[in-house]
Amino acid sequence: MIDQAPTSEDRANTPDIEWRHNAPADPSDRMIPVAPREAAVYRHTLPVRVSHWLNAVCLFVLIGSGLQIFNAHPALYWGNRSDPDRALLSIRSVRADDETFTGITTILGHEFTTTGVLGHSSGRHRAFPAWATIPGPQWLAMGRQWHLFAAWLFVLNGLGFWAYGWLSRHFTRDLLPRHQEWRSIGRSLKDHLRLRHPTGEAAKQYNALQKLAYASVVLGVGPLIVLTGLTMSPTLDTALPWLLDVFGGRQAARTLHFLACWAFVAFVVVHLFQVILTGTINNLRSMITGWYRVPREVSRHDQQTSV
Amino acid sequence: MISKPRFDRRQFLSRSVQAAGLLALTGCDGLSANDSLRSLLGLTERVTLLVHRAVVPRAAMAREYPDADRSAVFPANGNTDPNNPAYDELAASGFRDWRLSVTGLVARPSQFALEVLKGLPSRTQVTRHDCVEGWSAIAKWTGVPLRELMERAQPLPSARFIVFHCADRDEDRVPYYESIALEDAYHPQTILAYEMNDQPLDVPHGAPLRLRIERQLGYKQAKYLTGLELTDNLASFGKGKGGYWEDQGYEWYAGI
Repeated sequence: MIDQAPTSEDRANTPDIEWRHNAPADPSDRMIPVAPREAAVYRHTLPVRVSHWLNAVCLFVLIGSGLQIFNAHPALYWGNRSDPDRALLSIRSVRADDETFTGITTILGHEFTTTGVLGHSSGRHRAFPAWATIPGPQWLAMGRQWHLFAAWLFVLNGLGFWAYGWLSRHFTRDLLPRHQEWRSIGRSLKDHLRLRHPTGEAAKQYNALQKLAYASVVLGVGPLIVLTGLTMSPTLDTALPWLLDVFGGRQAARTLHFLACWAFVAFVVVHLFQVILTGTINNLRSMITGWYRVPREVSRHDQQTSV
Repeated sequence: MISKPRFDRRQFLSRSVQAAGLLALTGCDGLSANDSLRSLLGLTERVTLLVHRAVVPRAAMAREYPDADRSAVFPANGNTDPNNPAYDELAASGFRDWRLSVTGLVARPSQFALEVLKGLPSRTQVTRHDCVEGWSAIAKWTGVPLRELMERAQPLPSARFIVFHCADRDEDRVPYYESIALEDAYHPQTILAYEMNDQPLDVPHGAPLRLRIERQLGYKQAKYLTGLELTDNLASFGKGKGGYWEDQGYEWYAGI
C-alpha cells in the first residue's frame, strides 16, 4: 500500500496518517504516507532553494569584500562630498607618545575606543579587522574584483527571484502580511521574544513577523543596497541622475549602502539564530530538498511546562 | 535536564559555523592568488563595460554643480610631486618649453605648447571627482576638449585607444600612464584641464595639464601630461594592462 498512490478511501480509512501535500510535479510522488503525526510539507520550490543558496554565497562575499573596500577610506558622509570635518562616522588609528596605537571610532561626534576590532587590530592600522574582510590583507583592487563579481551574481539572482516571486505569486501568497496579520504582530513579537514558535497547522506558513522580515529584505533592503551601489558609479550617474537626488548624493548613497549592509548582517544573524532554534536539521533539509517536517502540534500549556 | 543535549548540539553547530566561516575566509584569500579565478573575476569588468555601453547614452553628461558646492580642500592623491628632474626644469620656467605631443596612429602627429592649448576652444565644468578609495570632491576645471585635439591630429581608422604619457614617477621610479577608449575622447566633458578653480593647475594636482574624464574614477584622471599616443593595443605599454593602477590589478574600465 505504501508504494501506491493512496485513494481518497485510503485516506479516509487511515486517519492517523498524515499526508504530504503540495508535492512536486511527478504525480506518483504526490501522496506518500509518512510517519504518523508527522506531516511534511513541500515548503520551498526549486527556484527558491537555488536562489537562497546562491544568495548566501553572494552575501558572504559581498559583505567581506565590502568591508575591504570601506577600509580604503574608513569614513562616511552625507551629500555629494566627503569633507573630512563633516564625517558622520570615521574609524582611525591614533598613535600615542609611547608608540602604542589606539583604534578610535567616531560616530556623530561621539568617540569610542575600539582597539583590537576597529581602527587598530593585530598590530595593523585597519578599520575592519583582517578576519572580517575579503581578502584578509589590505588589498583594495582584489576586494573590488570580488565585490563587483558577487554584485553581478547577486543582482541577476535577485532579478530572477523577483520575477519568480511575483509570477508564481510566492510573494503575495507567502511573504506579504495579510490585513489581519498586521494586527497579530504584537502577539507574534511576544512569542518570538519568548522563543516560542508556531507548531502544527500554524507552522505550515510564515507567521506575521517572519513575513515582515522576509518582505522587508526582499522588497526593501535588497533593492536599496543595489540602487545605492549603482549610485556610486560615476558612469551610471550620467544615465540615471535621479539616483543622486533620491539618495541625497554620492557620499550619502555610500552611507546608505553601508547601513543596508548592516541591515543584511542583522537579518542573517537573526535568521541563523531562528534556524538553529527551530530545528537546524529540519530547516536545512527543507532548504535543500524542499520538504519541511511540521512540528507536532503542542498546546500552549504543554509548551509552557516543557520549556 | 532535557535542555542539556540540545545545548551541546547548538554549541557544536555554532563551532561548525565558525569553522566553516574561517575556512571560507581563508579560502577567499587562497582563491585571490589563483590565476584562473582571477580571470573569472576579471570577466566582471568586461560584462560591466558591455552593459554600460549598451544602457548609458553616449552623450549622457556627468552632473555639473554650482560653484558653491566645490570642496574647500580638494585632496591631491597618488603622486603629488612628479619626482622627475626634467619636469622640475620645465616647472621652474613656468612650463614655457613644455610641449604636449600627439603621436601614434594619427594622420598628423603634432605638438602643442601650453599657450597654444589655451588658445583653443575651452570648456569649464564643476564636477565631482570620485576616488576608487571611496571619497568624492568637487572642483571647477577649465581646459581644452580632447575632441579638439583629435580633430587636429586625425586618428587613423585603426586607432582604438589613447595612451596618456605622464611626467610623474613613483618612489620606485615607475612612470605613471593611463589609457582610455578613443570613443570616450569625443564626450563633451572629456577635457585636458589647465585650470582648477580658476587658477592655473598647481603641482600637486597635475600641472601643467591633466585629463578630466568625468564618467570614470579618479585614477583615470592622469596628471602631469606629456604626450598622447593613439594605438590599437595596450599590450606594449607598462605591464600591458593600460595604466599604472591597472598594472596593479585595478580595472581598466573605471566606470564603477
